[in-house]
Amino acid sequence: MDIQLTEEQELLRASVQRLLRDQYGFDARRKIVATEQGWSRKHWNSFAELGLLAAPFSEDAGGLGGGPLATMIVMQEFGRHLVVEPFVETVVLCGSLIEHFGSDDQKQQFIPDIIAGDSIWALAWSEKGSRYDLNNVTVTAKQDGSGYILNGEKAAVIGAPWSDWLIVSARTSGDRSDRDGVSLFIVDRRTANLDLQNFRTIDGRSAAEIRLRDVKVGAGALLGTEGNGVFALEQCRDIAIAALCAEAVGAMAELNAVTLEYAKTRKQFGAALGSFQVLQHRMVDMFIAHQEAISLMQHLSLSLVTREPGGSKLASGAKSKIGYAAKFIAEQAVQLHGGMGMSDELNVGHYFKRISSFNIQFGDPAYHVLRYARHN
Amino acid sequence: MELQLSSEDAGFRDEVRVFIAENYPAEMRVPNPETDLSKEQMLLWHRILYDKGWIAPLWPKQYGGPGWSITQRFLFEQETSRAGTLPPLAFSVTMVGPVIYTFGNEAQKQKFLPRILSGQDWWCQGYSEPGSGSDLASVRTKAVREGDHYIVNGHKTWTTLAQHADWIFCLVRTDAAAKPQSGISFLLIDMKSPGVSVRPIITIDGSHEVNDVFLENVRVPAENLIGEENKGWTYAKFLLGNERTSMAGIGRSIRALNSLRKIVEAEIPTEDPAHLEFIKEIARIELDVLALEATELRVVAQMSRGIDPGAAASLFKIRGTEIFQEITELTHRAIGNYGLAIREHPVSGNHFMPGPEYGHTASERYLNSRKLSIYGGSNEIQRNIIAKAVLGL
Repeated sequence: MDIQLTEEQELLRASVQRLLRDQYGFDARRKIVATEQGWSRKHWNSFAELGLLAAPFSEDAGGLGGGPLATMIVMQEFGRHLVVEPFVETVVLCGSLIEHFGSDDQKQQFIPDIIAGDSIWALAWSEKGSRYDLNNVTVTAKQDGSGYILNGEKAAVIGAPWSDWLIVSARTSGDRSDRDGVSLFIVDRRTANLDLQNFRTIDGRSAAEIRLRDVKVGAGALLGTEGNGVFALEQCRDIAIAALCAEAVGAMAELNAVTLEYAKTRKQFGAALGSFQVLQHRMVDMFIAHQEAISLMQHLSLSLVTREPGGSKLASGAKSKIGYAAKFIAEQAVQLHGGMGMSDELNVGHYFKRISSFNIQFGDPAYHVLRYARHN
Repeated sequence: MELQLSSEDAGFRDEVRVFIAENYPAEMRVPNPETDLSKEQMLLWHRILYDKGWIAPLWPKQYGGPGWSITQRFLFEQETSRAGTLPPLAFSVTMVGPVIYTFGNEAQKQKFLPRILSGQDWWCQGYSEPGSGSDLASVRTKAVREGDHYIVNGHKTWTTLAQHADWIFCLVRTDAAAKPQSGISFLLIDMKSPGVSVRPIITIDGSHEVNDVFLENVRVPAENLIGEENKGWTYAKFLLGNERTSMAGIGRSIRALNSLRKIVEAEIPTEDPAHLEFIKEIARIELDVLALEATELRVVAQMSRGIDPGAAASLFKIRGTEIFQEITELTHRAIGNYGLAIREHPVSGNHFMPGPEYGHTASERYLNSRKLSIYGGSNEIQRNIIAKAVLGL
């Protein structure tokens, strides 16, 4: 099993590679992260012009119909370049929620703007006590005429400070962990009584704590049907996990490449680092970890294309296995670079931090191995 | 775990415990003492220990040490680290001090030792250079004798807390023709000398602990040479031996494990299967700590009977750092989604940090602790030492 890319997919890969090589080198990224905004509208527009923001959407929705494989191709390259812009949040998470669960009106209202690069989205699912459990929702949505009133707090919402729109999970019925009582709402991020407390993430992005106090939304804000929120979130989490795994695989590829290069050139005790057997074996293990990760990443993306049963179980399996592999590679890349690996000036530490963040998003490797074990 | 203590030693231990409880400055109890304190704050505890006569446990009495037995030294180390006190600057008291009283001349002893004890001089270590890594004998910084001065040119790096330092002890090359280890000298350089400049290195946790130190035509009085010219490697190795003895870090690990346990109880409900996972992981690491502590006690007991600890320091360094890295990683995992957040520097700035306070330093500690298996001789090097010195391979 090896994915043979079609001509179109090769073209996509080559064009992303070219764009990032020309415009998103490590120094360019540093400058983007150091800006007040922390992300680049200019680069986002380039992504839109290149069709990256359209790539995964179906043609019916106005996209290029590339599906999970297009996402995989884009995300691997984004991973190699540590792209900070909120592609996963906007296109993969919120985009697929709207595409798969939105009404025709919602699709027409929102998807063209996403594709054009005109709107940024974030998904507010996590809360203080929720850990990685999508059911565990305390934010409430009470009916108010034909609309709803939202109250409560969301935690650690990645990309929220950059966003124009939020998709918020809120409880429309049941107690704290009732699976069928959660619904999704599209909320204008700048709406009254919605307050953000922003913070920088470990990997140079931006996130926020969100407080909703009697936030009023209309009937058109409900995404999908009432009570269907967890099901919808689970579907898009699988898609997002596949995207994140591809990103991690891209980061691992880069880490292995720079570490290998370093080991060949860096001399210590009069010999290249790479001539020491203990380090050779370490790097062989890093190579093997990366190869296995590539395989599982492809396996998962393909299963999302063919919609095989068991895709969700596989998503957890891949998130866990790739998570452990990425962590191993990141730690060893720092170790083998010695003091340089600890320096903020070198890219290695930044990949380490990106991978640390990957291992938190939607659950750490231990969480997912357990979910894999318990999944029917 | 405790040593079998004589009543005298037990009394000593209690005295230390009470002294810490009554005297450790509250001002030094900040979220992350290693990065959040000013120079003056870091010196508060140093001065208190100095006034008490306990600042230099290793030093012989004639130079200002307290005259403790090996067991007492160990107890002091154990109590201070269990109480989570910030150790006095190692580069001054633990490293350069013993080199000066062991290999320095009378004038050097009189000039430097009292100022080290009182905390008046802050020392940093000029060993590593760009490209040297664990191979310290590859020193390229040159010192050329010119009359009664050395002219020093070179670049030191990873110099911890050089931004505060008054003095730097440097390995310099005085004989370029000799074999790497034989052409090195040990030189003390005043940081205020013209030609010395310090550039911060920011590490992946965002903190400023380490620096580049540039030496450009720095004129150093020849009287600042320790021992003999070209014998510096001997003194350097002696110093490294001191550096590595205290790296088991049992007290630090026990404290970090205790706080991890509290975080898990607060963060993860018992009905969550992750709870049991964390409990098991904590227990496993606790056993690692117990085994390392027992090994340390065994070595201390042997040392007090006069037996050479051999490469035990390497064993402590390897396991002590691995254990602590695992704890910081688990702690980072335990705080869940808030592991995404990291404090921005300077920490005194008014940046918002989300989540419960006990998690605020988890990310930075996880990142910062990656250095432990790299510095002070990487863990790979320590394994080489054991392979050669103990196993005879």
